[in-house]
Amino acid sequence: MLKDITIGQYFPGKSAVHKLDPRFKIIITAVFITMLFAADGFIGMAVSLVFMTIAFFMSKIPFKLMIKSLKPIIPVIIFTSVLNIFFLDGVVLVKLGFIKITYQGLETSLFMVIRIIALIMGTSLLTYTTSPITLTDAIERLLSPLKKIKLPVHELAMMMSIALRFIPTLIEETDKIMSAQKARGADMESGGLVQRAKALVPILIPLFVSAFRRAEELALAMECRCYQGGEGRTRLRQLKSTGSDYSSLSVSMLFLCAVILVDTLFGK
Amino acid sequence: MSYFSVYYRSIDASVKMKFFTRLFVPFLQKRQQKFCLAEFSSGSMPEQIAERKMVIKMSVIRTENLTYTYSIGTPFEKTAVDKVNLDIEEGELVGIIGHTGSGKSTLIQHLNGLIKPTSGKVFIDGQDIWDKDCKIRDIRFKVGLVFQYPEYQIFEETVYKDIAFGPKNMGLDDDEIDRRINEISELVGLHKENLQKSPFELSGGQKRRVAIAGVMAMEPKVLILDEPTAGLDPKGRDKILGQIKEYHQHTKSTVLLVSHSMEDVAKNASKILVMNNARLFCYEEPPKVFSRADELTQMGLAVPQITRVFNRLKQNGINIRTDVYTTEFACKTILEYIKKRRDGNA
Repeated sequence: MLKDITIGQYFPGKSAVHKLDPRFKIIITAVFITMLFAADGFIGMAVSLVFMTIAFFMSKIPFKLMIKSLKPIIPVIIFTSVLNIFFLDGVVLVKLGFIKITYQGLETSLFMVIRIIALIMGTSLLTYTTSPITLTDAIERLLSPLKKIKLPVHELAMMMSIALRFIPTLIEETDKIMSAQKARGADMESGGLVQRAKALVPILIPLFVSAFRRAEELALAMECRCYQGGEGRTRLRQLKSTGSDYSSLSVSMLFLCAVILVDTLFGK
Repeated sequence: MSYFSVYYRSIDASVKMKFFTRLFVPFLQKRQQKFCLAEFSSGSMPEQIAERKMVIKMSVIRTENLTYTYSIGTPFEKTAVDKVNLDIEEGELVGIIGHTGSGKSTLIQHLNGLIKPTSGKVFIDGQDIWDKDCKIRDIRFKVGLVFQYPEYQIFEETVYKDIAFGPKNMGLDDDEIDRRINEISELVGLHKENLQKSPFELSGGQKRRVAIAGVMAMEPKVLILDEPTAGLDPKGRDKILGQIKEYHQHTKSTVLLVSHSMEDVAKNASKILVMNNARLFCYEEPPKVFSRADELTQMGLAVPQITRVFNRLKQNGINIRTDVYTTEFACKTILEYIKKRRDGNA
């Protein structure tokens, strides 16, 4: 049951987007977000949507998956659109008692909804096409200039990848402990809130105990292999930027320029 | 109507019989054999006799075409248990062996309803456990399951409280729980002063005994243990196996013991169940199982070392029996053989 939860949303593939250097992918995503916020009108937004659609087709991610990524933010979308529809002044279209819907309100809320959806879809494209481990790796490399101001970049990235690595292990462990306690007659499906919370104790305590034990074992194993932080570390998989990385970054930059240009030309 | 009767008459008699037995056997078992199948099965087909025997000697665990497939509809689809038909009689000590991934663990988790079979049925005490009227929690008290490395499920402040977890879930009163804990802790060799200690202070072997005691204290009709000796030193292993055997004799319950060690199984089990590639390879008495040494070796399972010795002796032209699987019996066999040869020469 717990095995069905996917961690991160990585969808393995061999498309051009998958093969891009993860550092560039992060930067391009940042450029795309800038694009979305630079766009002030529908035409600018349309240009950035074109960019997203191209990237999306190149990644060969099933459309269903992309829609699935939107599910958790449906409440946010509804909330924003309702706020914008009812609380903006302008030309009144419909009036019902104290509620009024204005043309401006409709327009803004539509714009906002498109922006949020594009934001989520664009960023999930990054997590869909990049495995969590490469992602942390790329983040470490991108943040490495911050080492100058004594930020423990390597340690942070290491913590992140260890956490990611152990999520499936802990899920498996939870599954096992749950089965074991169920075999001893633990009842997790019935009872009120308090009873259910109490029923979690026999699962959480063994889980914490084993998490600490694992942490200790891992620390020992790392020390046995002479781990001493990031200094002087070489990598098995070197991140290498190729021509296609630079060209896709330039394309995204061009699109950003286009968005700004279109906005200033046509106004709002 | 007449059309039907013509059709019906044309069906072979044996098929009819089969149909009837299939229809009625579960029903009979549910009614706790108020009727006897022998009364209406007057034919003499061998399969019927087999069925009759099964009803008269009711088995505590019975599976019918038990099949379980993981992750159906994904590329990771895998059948872990494939059409397993089992009849385990009461009071048996069954050793379950099979290589890694042969479906042992999945099979035993079906027996107390932790996993719902993809198809097929599980009967405990003649009751279909996935029947609507059956409470799965009651089945879990009837069939106690001890997982691998059970010490990782311990959570209470004291050993006493942890052993009491299962019995408490059963809704027993404090006196009864106290009686059971005292009895079981003595059986598994836990000292009285340890009962009030935190389980996390104990040694690995002691912790494991606490965890096993936690399931034993529920006094299940069937006790299933998944590799109870994994990761223990030889002394701890012998101790736990001895205690399990003692529990078996003391309570006269059915015990299923999953193990990797052929020696352990050979020494203790009254019957052996061998799983191979998700299928039931055989379920027989130890001598019969170990006489198929070649097949077992092909499966990647080792026969007990002493059996291997006797097989080699036979191969080298010494006329000696090969269904030997304990050292004591081996000793006797060799002495007998020597005596016979001496007498023959004399």
